[in-house]
Amino acid sequence: MSSRTTRDRLPLAVLGLAALAVGFFALPLLGLLWRTPWSSAWDVVTDPITRAALWLSISCSLWSTAASVLFGVPLAWVLARVEFPGRGVVRALCTLSMVVPPVVGGVALFAALGRRGLLGQYLDLWFGLRLPFSTAGVVVAQTFVAMPFLVITVEGALRQQDRRLEEAARTLGATSWYAFRRVTLPSIRPALMAGTVLAWARALGEFGATITFAGNFPGRTQTLPLAAYLALETDPDDAIVLSLLLISTSFLVLVGLRDRWLGAAASGTGRSVAER
Amino acid sequence: MVGGGRLGHRTIGCGAVSDALEIEAQVRLGGLDLAVELRVAAGETVALLGPNGSGKTTLLRAVAGLQPLDAGSIRLDGVTLDAPATHTLVPAERRPVGVVFQDYLLFPHLSARENVAFGLRARKVGRREAGERADRWLERVGLGTVGALRAGQLSGGQQQRVALARALATEPRLLLLDEPLAALDVGTRAEVRRELRRHLDGHDGPRILVTHDPLDAYALADRVVVVEHGTVTHRGTLAEITAHPRSDYVGRLVGTNLLDGVLEGTVLRLSGGGVLVVPNGEAVDGPCLATVAPSAIALHRDAPTGSPRNAWSAAVAELDRFGDRVRVRLDGPVPLAAEVTAAAAAELDIRPGDTVWASVKVTEVKVYPA
Repeated sequence: MSSRTTRDRLPLAVLGLAALAVGFFALPLLGLLWRTPWSSAWDVVTDPITRAALWLSISCSLWSTAASVLFGVPLAWVLARVEFPGRGVVRALCTLSMVVPPVVGGVALFAALGRRGLLGQYLDLWFGLRLPFSTAGVVVAQTFVAMPFLVITVEGALRQQDRRLEEAARTLGATSWYAFRRVTLPSIRPALMAGTVLAWARALGEFGATITFAGNFPGRTQTLPLAAYLALETDPDDAIVLSLLLISTSFLVLVGLRDRWLGAAASGTGRSVAER
Repeated sequence: MVGGGRLGHRTIGCGAVSDALEIEAQVRLGGLDLAVELRVAAGETVALLGPNGSGKTTLLRAVAGLQPLDAGSIRLDGVTLDAPATHTLVPAERRPVGVVFQDYLLFPHLSARENVAFGLRARKVGRREAGERADRWLERVGLGTVGALRAGQLSGGQQQRVALARALATEPRLLLLDEPLAALDVGTRAEVRRELRRHLDGHDGPRILVTHDPLDAYALADRVVVVEHGTVTHRGTLAEITAHPRSDYVGRLVGTNLLDGVLEGTVLRLSGGGVLVVPNGEAVDGPCLATVAPSAIALHRDAPTGSPRNAWSAAVAELDRFGDRVRVRLDGPVPLAAEVTAAAAAELDIRPGDTVWASVKVTEVKVYPA
């Protein structure tokens, strides 16, 4: 009950290790702040190339997050609910891009969707669609590496969900689609939100697959991570400002999301627990 | 003999009044091999009693459309809902069935009102009208004030009422209740049971109640069907089943004497006219149910000495041998089934029509609020 007794019993070793972990994450941020050339920072931030990169990062990462949700939730549902031979292989295939180096993923995307690629040659031939070195290519590359984070999070939640709730909905006259929308999705909402944030964060930080598949053209495919990397070779101070910009953008969005979505879900659970 | 006569109102052929619900279910599921025939008339409540894993819930799920039959058929008002032979299977969402689930399965992310309105919304009733109808149902189950609360914020008894209102709101023809009172504590149980009885009476279709509590079956059902290991072992009223147990399960757990009456202090005035002295217990004055285990009743040729407070003379209506024991059905002001060993029955030399003395210790009578 009282927080004092709980605190007294916390093992010191755990506290110490946790404090080290916090320091491990805080230190690079402090280092960045320490090295930031504040006098020239504003010039870098307002530079048109920087602003284009920031805008591209935000818009592409949101598009790829949307694509991850649109295709990832159905995929997670199939993996969690439909029994079919080779399900394990399909799951491994769909989450492979989490573990392969992103550059390798970019090369593979190129082989598949490049102008001479397996599917890419027909996209070019039939629709005049050329994904490599285009903004759409950035979205494809980001979606490729980001979607698995959403899929595994949502699939886990679907597996843990009480399926009898869906049965109850069906006895009340709900079609399986209505039950999915009104019962299944709301009850996995916290996991869906967490998966969406994870996928978005992964998309925002995407580097390897993007630079391999979409290239590094300012204003078209140069996202903020690419711009920061490029600046490191020419002007390290600029790279530091760009890194700080990327970090603050992510941080602001994470904090904002926590309060609006994750926070609401967390306080909802807290309330029902407290009632019991 | 056990229950054949109870199906007397079954009518085969057309034109005549037939049972609203006709079930001939065969399901193989895991280790369970279910084969049950069951008919329920409109306005009738049948209690399915049985031990855990006997197939009661599986049968209920088959009727609800959540478990397809392997063979047989389910017909409601002459409409086939499930018949593997003709590849007929009406999906759960298109069956006119309302289900109250064992632990209610209220949707945790919705308010009580939204839970009750769910079935109407799923059937394309407009948001506003569905909300108004949900409010009316909540009021009907005595929950007019909690509509905005979520399931997790309601007490057990309130959740049960919301689950009932949710099932009734779509005005289903068939009502299925799976252990509707099992999750409630004893105090709430009697009250909710009384209300449930009222709502069951107000529903004009067939009703099936799955329970493992004879008390619920006695209070809520018109007749009882006992399912064990996937097959029906007994059919009839609880009193009939108690007089003729055919299995250990019924002999020990289900086949108990149930009497109803009005409690005044330590005296229970039975609705049949008799009087039973009961222990000074938790039950308060008013309508009550009492149980007396058949084995707790002693039979004597002559008036027992030592004047036990519950002793009366009764006519032997029937004798029924069950293993090495004999069930003796007694007529009279206190209709009971007694159980004695075969040896004792032989020694007493009792036959149908004889008059014997029956006695039961006060402490062997258990009283529950009705």
